[in-house]
Amino acid sequence: MSDLLYMVLVAPFKDMAGAPAFLVEVLIGGVFAGLMYSLVALGFVLIYKASGVFNFAQGVMVLFAALTLVGLLERGAPVVVALALTVAVMVGLAYAIERVVLRPLVNQPQIILFMATIGLNFFLEGFGEMAWGANVKKLDIGIPDRSFIVRGVQINELELTAAVTAAVLVTLLALFFQTTRIGRALRAVADDHEAALSIGIPLKTIWVVVWSVAGVVAIVAGLMWGAKSGVQFSLSLIALKALPVLILGGFESVPGAIVGGLIIGVGEKLGEVYWGPLVGGAIENWFAYVLALAFLLVRPQGLFGEKIIERV
Amino acid sequence: MSYPAPAGPVLEVNGVSVRFGALIAVNQVSLSVARGQIVAIIGPNGAGKTTLLNAVSGFYHPYEGRIAFEGKDRTRLQPPDVAALGIARTFQNVALFKGMSVLDNIMTGRLLKMRGSFLLEALYWGPAKRQELEHRAFVERIIDFLEIQAIRKTPAGRLPYGLQKRVELARALAAEPKLLLLDEPMAGMNVEEKEDMCRFILDVNHEFGTTIALIEHDMGVVMDISDRVVVLDYGRKIADGPPAEVRKDQAVRDAYLGVAHE
Repeated sequence: MSDLLYMVLVAPFKDMAGAPAFLVEVLIGGVFAGLMYSLVALGFVLIYKASGVFNFAQGVMVLFAALTLVGLLERGAPVVVALALTVAVMVGLAYAIERVVLRPLVNQPQIILFMATIGLNFFLEGFGEMAWGANVKKLDIGIPDRSFIVRGVQINELELTAAVTAAVLVTLLALFFQTTRIGRALRAVADDHEAALSIGIPLKTIWVVVWSVAGVVAIVAGLMWGAKSGVQFSLSLIALKALPVLILGGFESVPGAIVGGLIIGVGEKLGEVYWGPLVGGAIENWFAYVLALAFLLVRPQGLFGEKIIERV
Repeated sequence: MSYPAPAGPVLEVNGVSVRFGALIAVNQVSLSVARGQIVAIIGPNGAGKTTLLNAVSGFYHPYEGRIAFEGKDRTRLQPPDVAALGIARTFQNVALFKGMSVLDNIMTGRLLKMRGSFLLEALYWGPAKRQELEHRAFVERIIDFLEIQAIRKTPAGRLPYGLQKRVELARALAAEPKLLLLDEPMAGMNVEEKEDMCRFILDVNHEFGTTIALIEHDMGVVMDISDRVVVLDYGRKIADGPPAEVRKDQAVRDAYLGVAHE
């Protein structure tokens, strides 16, 4: 018994203290993964904030953006041009979604909008496959996948670039949506379409802007994940990892998505490396979901979410 | 009372029809609302009152006829554009932002009046801070005016119905509207709440000179506070005039009490 306690509660920390450089490497890996989760979760948060809808298609949007980018690069477009075109495609997609999916569903219950995003999910998946093919593709945007060593800590250049990009993007977005005017307008739109219209908030513009921003976030997420592990259809499954991030951070909170992503990224890496051997590994695969489950029991609105208030 | 000389009616509805498929909800209705007036639109259930109001505020578009605001045609405008012109409204079944505090709800009414760069706002610095404080001060005046100081931090969804209606009125007032549209401002209220609401509506009209068009079922209230009454029945206008006249009108009595069929 005491052996077991020692192995769970003491030994891992001794290992950490014993090899600090390695610990830092693990932490960096965790922060990198966490920022990537945050990036995907952010796409969800934006749309949730502006329409109160959980956008089931966010994962596919990441895949779609990555596929478009790779497809353009394969056809010989320079990186900058391909990026610009992909942004244009995602903004165009936002317009199309507003016109075809959202506008006819104004004032409908949110579950209906949610179902519509499930439809969108399947459409985009099929459309992406039709347009760009279903093979696994390598995404090369000219950032070398090599490492350098600082004070005995190995740092991967690609991961560093991705982390910095994600951090910058996340900060900008957080600032933007934290502004009182825009923040209030978004909350208003999410809360009641009719009332928002009547006080002069242009629903259409807000939706196009928000879906465009979510599209751009999807590009960055697709770019970073794609560069790391290739562009393939499993890319849309990272949306599943974003779910626990949202539950942890709160669905309508930008800072929540960041903090939630970091907690899960770092937590699962630490768990995998230091506690993994005790249970035969694979902690990385379930850690996030168990944590989310615990949060649902204790604090269902998440760390930064709004408490749901209902008059009964 | 003296108002600045009215340069034509604030709102002019001219031969407006709204239809949903084969159903004609509003049938060639014309009415005009003069500056500074309180005009009540009454009628039995299903008479097309709310539909008419929705057409004025841009939620529906008439299939014939035109709507002019301050002399300019605005028949085809969308709700946000109507709001930008200076028409604010409340809803029959209260459309507040339930998760937001009363103060935030009323602040949303100021959104159209706010400007600014996002960077300054994000940092809550300089002009952005000043702007927020100015608008906040204005909103506090409305809060005082409507006597809802005690609930300003309460989430709107938690309030009793009567107070929610008052907060909705506050949000509409925050936009400093030229024309205020109230859809059954007193529905579901007890006598005391109704009296309060009447007083507020009259005060808004007197103190700010706001033109008001309202829909109401309570005949007593309508006769007491309005300058003019428009009666709709089955989508058609059947009477239009001062309350005392409308009260005596035979068509109105028939619509409300029913006609004996022989």
